[in-house]
Amino acid sequence: MSTLKLDLENYKELLQEYIRTKDEQALYQAEQFSKQSMQHQISPDEIINVHIQSLQEIYPEMPEYIQSSMNFLLETMISYGLAYQEHQSLREKQLELKSEISVAANMQKTLLSTVKPELDEVEIGALSVPAKQMNGDYHHFVYDNQGNLGIAVADVIGKGVPAALCMSMIKYSMDTFPEMRMDPSVILGSLNRVVERNVDSSMFVTMFYGLYNSNDHTFSYSSAGHEPGFYYHKETDEFEEIDVPGLVLGVSADTAYTQYKREVKRGDMIILLTDGVTECRQGERFIEQDEVLDVIKSYSHLPPQDIVDQVYRHFERLQDFHLRDDFTLIVLRRNV
Amino acid sequence: MNLTIDVSHKEDVAYLTLVGEVDAFTAPKLKDTILPLTKEEGQVVEVDFEQVNYMDSTGLGVFISALKSTKEHNSEMKLIHMQDRVYRLFKITGLTEIMNIDSTVQGGM
Repeated sequence: MSTLKLDLENYKELLQEYIRTKDEQALYQAEQFSKQSMQHQISPDEIINVHIQSLQEIYPEMPEYIQSSMNFLLETMISYGLAYQEHQSLREKQLELKSEISVAANMQKTLLSTVKPELDEVEIGALSVPAKQMNGDYHHFVYDNQGNLGIAVADVIGKGVPAALCMSMIKYSMDTFPEMRMDPSVILGSLNRVVERNVDSSMFVTMFYGLYNSNDHTFSYSSAGHEPGFYYHKETDEFEEIDVPGLVLGVSADTAYTQYKREVKRGDMIILLTDGVTECRQGERFIEQDEVLDVIKSYSHLPPQDIVDQVYRHFERLQDFHLRDDFTLIVLRRNV
Repeated sequence: MNLTIDVSHKEDVAYLTLVGEVDAFTAPKLKDTILPLTKEEGQVVEVDFEQVNYMDSTGLGVFISALKSTKEHNSEMKLIHMQDRVYRLFKITGLTEIMNIDSTVQGGM
């Protein structure tokens, strides 16, 4: 109240001035007064209180009924005052949360960051863009120096913070797997048990895990309900869907995953993605799978990293630069 | 887009008719409607998807938790009249293998 008391004289003068002149200038000053009051977090009922005191000083003979009506108004406004104070403190809390979330988002970025291995045998392009602050998509590369390249692509359902926390859990579980056991079916089986035990019933994770052996150029893979990727045959210039059955992680503890294996020929590509790519929309229209493949094909002469960048740019434009879902695209090409 | 959920009961069966899209915005409403139903022992919950033209993975999460709840509470869930695009989602995620899904009205976008 101390600042207000200082301002009481000021308010009284403004009020007097306005009653006398009905001048716009006084009204403008009133506006300034209210802005200042807001800055000092003075609630509406306090201003009414100041108004009443000013009136009493200007008109000592003020009729009893006006005095009563003003008191009545003051009582009425008290709840507004409380709501205003609450609003103020919520705003402060909101700012706090916002900055905490951005700290968390940065932390997630650091925790989940993965280094794209530079290999002579296979060239890799990878891009992951979150729709919101925190990314629910995840991809990870592991290279064991004996020619084995492990690639995980995952999508956590449920978005935002809970999804991000779940992702970190998965990342740490994967880090604890011994390097000798990089078999995709084994990895998915273990992760399934981790997710099933630890995650809320409506949350689940889809994951594709692939293992590229650069010695004999074979690709072994398993899928836990993940959006199918594609295999590009250089010889025929055609795509083939990598459609492998497998239940999403976290639904049933005793799920077993089948592992598949194929040979990779020179110039062939393996394309892995999340549903943020295939669920793109142009206005109300969904993008058909063939359109996605046509776009990839149109850039297929470029290095893999340029392919993923260009494809992303294409769909970003198509959707007016508004991503509905996290977007992750990985392209592997056998070079030699 | 919105989602309207119509619930009617006939003997032991609760019929849910969904109209619209199931996504991150509408999924919580669906979850609040369907989960309590699956918690009643012996209850059969039948969900009609004929007028659902879009569902995202958040919607899938609702049906996964409903499925877990039916196992826990000895109730039953059936999903019927699913369109191709929605069915594809259940198929990719392997859920067609463990859920009771009858998609007689496939197609029709």
